[in-house]
Amino acid sequence: MIRIDSVTKRYPDGTVAVDRLSLEIPDRSITVLVGPSGCGKTTTLRMINRMVEPSEGTILLDGVDIQQQPVNTLRRSMGYVIQNAGLFQHRTILDNIATVPRLLGWGKEKSRARARELMERVGLDGSLAKRYPYQLSGGQQQRVGVARALAADPPVLLMDEPFSAVDPVVRKGLQDELLRIQEELGKTIVFVTHDIDEAVKLGTMVAVMRTGGHLAQFAPPAELLTDPADAFVEDFLGADRGIRRLSFFSSAGLDLLIGPIVAVDASAEQIAAAGRAGAPYLLVVDTDGRPVGWGDPAELAAGAIDTDGLLSHGRPFTAGGDSLRAALDCAVLSPTGWAVAVDGEGRATGVVSQTSIGEAIRGAHAGRATAGTAQKVAP
Amino acid sequence: MNDLFDMPSYLEHSFLGLVGLHLREALVPVLAGLVLALPLAQLCVRFRWLYPPVLWVTTVLYAIPSLAFFVVLIDYTGLSELTVMIPLAVYSLVVLVPAIVDGVRSVPQETLAAATAMGLGPVRRYLQVQLPIAAPAILAGLRVAAVSSISLVSVGMLIGNEGALGNMLDAGLKYNQPRLVWLSVISTAVLAILVDALLIVLRVWVTPWMPRGAGRGTRPVLAKGAAR
Repeated sequence: MIRIDSVTKRYPDGTVAVDRLSLEIPDRSITVLVGPSGCGKTTTLRMINRMVEPSEGTILLDGVDIQQQPVNTLRRSMGYVIQNAGLFQHRTILDNIATVPRLLGWGKEKSRARARELMERVGLDGSLAKRYPYQLSGGQQQRVGVARALAADPPVLLMDEPFSAVDPVVRKGLQDELLRIQEELGKTIVFVTHDIDEAVKLGTMVAVMRTGGHLAQFAPPAELLTDPADAFVEDFLGADRGIRRLSFFSSAGLDLLIGPIVAVDASAEQIAAAGRAGAPYLLVVDTDGRPVGWGDPAELAAGAIDTDGLLSHGRPFTAGGDSLRAALDCAVLSPTGWAVAVDGEGRATGVVSQTSIGEAIRGAHAGRATAGTAQKVAP
Repeated sequence: MNDLFDMPSYLEHSFLGLVGLHLREALVPVLAGLVLALPLAQLCVRFRWLYPPVLWVTTVLYAIPSLAFFVVLIDYTGLSELTVMIPLAVYSLVVLVPAIVDGVRSVPQETLAAATAMGLGPVRRYLQVQLPIAAPAILAGLRVAAVSSISLVSVGMLIGNEGALGNMLDAGLKYNQPRLVWLSVISTAVLAILVDALLIVLRVWVTPWMPRGAGRGTRPVLAKGAAR
């Protein structure tokens, strides 16, 4: 565990970058430091590997003051990933990744074998091994940066806005990859970002910092969205934190209706029965059970179903797999106001109205208030 | 054909001997300048305040005419090669120091931060990261320094038989032998072009990591060399 104990960083000109910060960073989880520029989050990160020395206070790594060991030994035991990757442009991808193993005296062959293994782990094609950084895209370079940080298998990984210089699509891919790698390796990761969405997505714990190096709140993301400590945190979370919070509630408990679903080859009686199931529209599915579109019950009953005349069913959500936020999003975007739930294979398992989702949200909030825990669900 | 390259006996060298002397007198000072410039530049990078005065001093030294240098140096080093080479080494600093300083400073901040964070100490950081990345800029500086040094060696004729191809030119003018004049001028130019080309090849060879076509803009412009 990394324990930051009332640490202050004051520069000679009197600027205070970090002010009496205390933080306990749990093992084998991602702790995100988030805040506006100038809040001291990068300074805090750099104090952990002593690239910045604190003016006051101590930082303990597994109970031992980090000042106790030689600075370069400490640094080699912590992976470091930086914005724009900071690769050595004069070395091949393989040699970049092998940097720390070489410094630790692993020998050339062993270091390179390890580097190849890591390229695979971070999703880089082996054919890139002999390339130079300028020949890679920004996203690939950042993957090399992560691989290089993991090379000597350090228990701690420090990440300083690693994904902020790549485009949103690549960034999402890198974030998912990081979560996958973390699932496998279970490192103690300290992650700095200014993007609250990234913090909420990646963090097991999130430390919101405010200008002047103060800690505003330290909490799991769901709690942050539910109970912001003060106006600053609330403002920083943005206007739609209520909606984003729904990411933490599973759609498993939704009351799905199967009555209003009719097959494309349904008989007039079946259509008439479905029309009494309580929905203003009927969902037409193909012979495999996959949604085709919404139709008016009276029109559908009038004759053979014309699939071209149906309303779009919009993007469906996966019942149980997606969050309430995804379900609500589907209902809001649906032309009928009803969301379509599907299973893993894309077959319709039911439909649900906005009203019904609203009830589930109220229920989830009430349940949360008593249970107090929420599992993070894919948004 | 042999007549073309025959040298009068008072030049004390064959044609190839003069070429060898010329190269030695031109390139040894550039290497000495490099050895001097590397630590000097590193000091300028480390202590930023030092750079402007160092730049000022090298520029002033460059402005001293070589004849004045010779007059002072003859008392110590006599009519020797060294008397020609010392001023040339000093002149090369005006190109090399800024080339190295700019090269080392051009290493991206995040690259340096990453190196530090991975536990590379200052010496490793300098030798394994800063210097290799500065190599293209340093080699660009070396090209200018080498070419200007080759053109400057000829003034060695002022102190006797130390001007190599410059003495050939002098002989040609004195004894009205256009063959020697042309041979000297063309040989000097060819030497400069060859050395420049070799340095370009060296740059390509040591920097396989550079995007093709890059680095052309890194050559510092130096109009002063032409004035001498």
